[in-house]
Amino acid sequence: MISVKGLTKRYGEERAVNDISFEVQKGEVLGFLGPNGAGKTTTMKVITCFLPPSEGTVYVDGMDVRTNSLAVRAKIGYLPENTPLYQEMTVFDYLSFVASMRGVEPKKRVSRIAEMADVCGLNSVISKRIEALSKGYRQRVGLAQAMIHEPSIVILDEPTTGLDPNQIVEIRELIQNIGADRTVILSTHILSEVELSCDRVLIINRGELVADGTPKDLRAGFAGDQTIRFGVKSDAAPVHDALADWKGINISETISLPEDETVFILTTKNTDDVRPDLFRLAADNGWAMSELSRVTVNLEDVFRELTRD
Amino acid sequence: MRETWILAKRELRSYFDSPTAYVVMSVFLLFTGWFFTSTLFLENTASLRSLFDLVPFVFLFFVPAVTMTSFAEERRSGTLELLLTFPVRDWQVIAGKLIAVMTLLMAGLSLTFFYAITIASLGDLDAGATFGGYFGLLLLGMATASIGLFASSLTRNQIVSFIVSFGIIFVLYMVDKVGPFVPGWMAAFLEYIGTDFHYRNLLRGVIDTRDVVYYITLTVFAFVLTSYSLSRRPE
Repeated sequence: MISVKGLTKRYGEERAVNDISFEVQKGEVLGFLGPNGAGKTTTMKVITCFLPPSEGTVYVDGMDVRTNSLAVRAKIGYLPENTPLYQEMTVFDYLSFVASMRGVEPKKRVSRIAEMADVCGLNSVISKRIEALSKGYRQRVGLAQAMIHEPSIVILDEPTTGLDPNQIVEIRELIQNIGADRTVILSTHILSEVELSCDRVLIINRGELVADGTPKDLRAGFAGDQTIRFGVKSDAAPVHDALADWKGINISETISLPEDETVFILTTKNTDDVRPDLFRLAADNGWAMSELSRVTVNLEDVFRELTRD
Repeated sequence: MRETWILAKRELRSYFDSPTAYVVMSVFLLFTGWFFTSTLFLENTASLRSLFDLVPFVFLFFVPAVTMTSFAEERRSGTLELLLTFPVRDWQVIAGKLIAVMTLLMAGLSLTFFYAITIASLGDLDAGATFGGYFGLLLLGMATASIGLFASSLTRNQIVSFIVSFGIIFVLYMVDKVGPFVPGWMAAFLEYIGTDFHYRNLLRGVIDTRDVVYYITLTVFAFVLTSYSLSRRPE
């Protein structure tokens, strides 16, 4: 559905986006993950035809964003960061404006607005001015305008930023409904959102694509080392020495906890489960073991690993 | 074209849904009314000349004030970015705003028809000169509005927008007044690019195409500059 090849966007000397290539399949929900300033928003602005690419090509449904800009725009619904809206307009007037600008037939306009109001939960505020709405409701208005013309592609830039946890859950559900039969690209910092909502993830750092895969694949790709949390409630020094001597085990971190507890984060390339050996080691030495667990890699680790300086 | 009208309507609705339109039109009428009537009986002439002499000065302040939000505010709030991802061309956005500003200005100006009607009933009003005056104001309004939109497209800051458009409009107004101080050939050139020179021609009641062309060219030139400014997609 969307094909990005060698996309580069320059601002003067600086490359906000540097040679990024990826595909988005029809009906996929794609997550853009990356630190602030990584180039996620810039990439979205190129796909939505707001900015022209400096180099490279972007094809949306077979159409080039450079030459067929208007046709591409008609297929996309977009919600920019910070949800910009016309404050002085009422929700109804605003949605009506967007609907007419996007070519929704006059006869269908009111029914589309009603539908969007239902889907996005705007019925109670439909005649209120946007400036009087809370952030959560403004976000919903933003989503409603992005979908009012029934686009096949919806692009959302940080749709849950600034919302409280309840609102985040509501918006996430909305996005999941949208994603059911449409192609969605969303950018976010919230990793749990990516795990829950996205079919695939792109991790972008400093303008470059550093990872591309399903959340599962990315996590699997990083489970190279086995990581164990080994906690003892006794004198830490002899435990530390014994572990340091043990071949194949590295102490990556030592955490001191209250009540005389010390937790060692151990990593090993050994694929066999080392926990029984650790248990026996503790028993043989008479250490009071408080914790023995295997740490599963999560997406946050992957993200931090890939985007650390 | 359809999108241009939708945009113009939206813009106009925002003027009239807020105090903007009402304040602008009231104060405009207050100024023009005061200055028009204060000399009316002294001059004892059935002419709207004092009105027509005054309005360009009023436009000098009012047009920048009305246009200062047009692009600057949309850039600041991010609504311009969203607008430019709609299936609409840049020029349609500019045209829509220009039509809205013009409509507001002309609405205010049309309320001064009362003066014309009143004077016409009291004396022998020169229809040609009156028509020329209003037509000149229409063209002047259009050109200065276009300049105001251009200034607004340069910045996110409304104050800067106001000052820049005021500066440009002021310079164009004054440029033909320096005639006596410059060499002959330059004086003629400066006269030709001055807005006031062409306006005074129209006030005489003679519609010379050169004056009309001047205002249309000025409008289009500012329009093209605005389009270029938008194409650079500033943040």
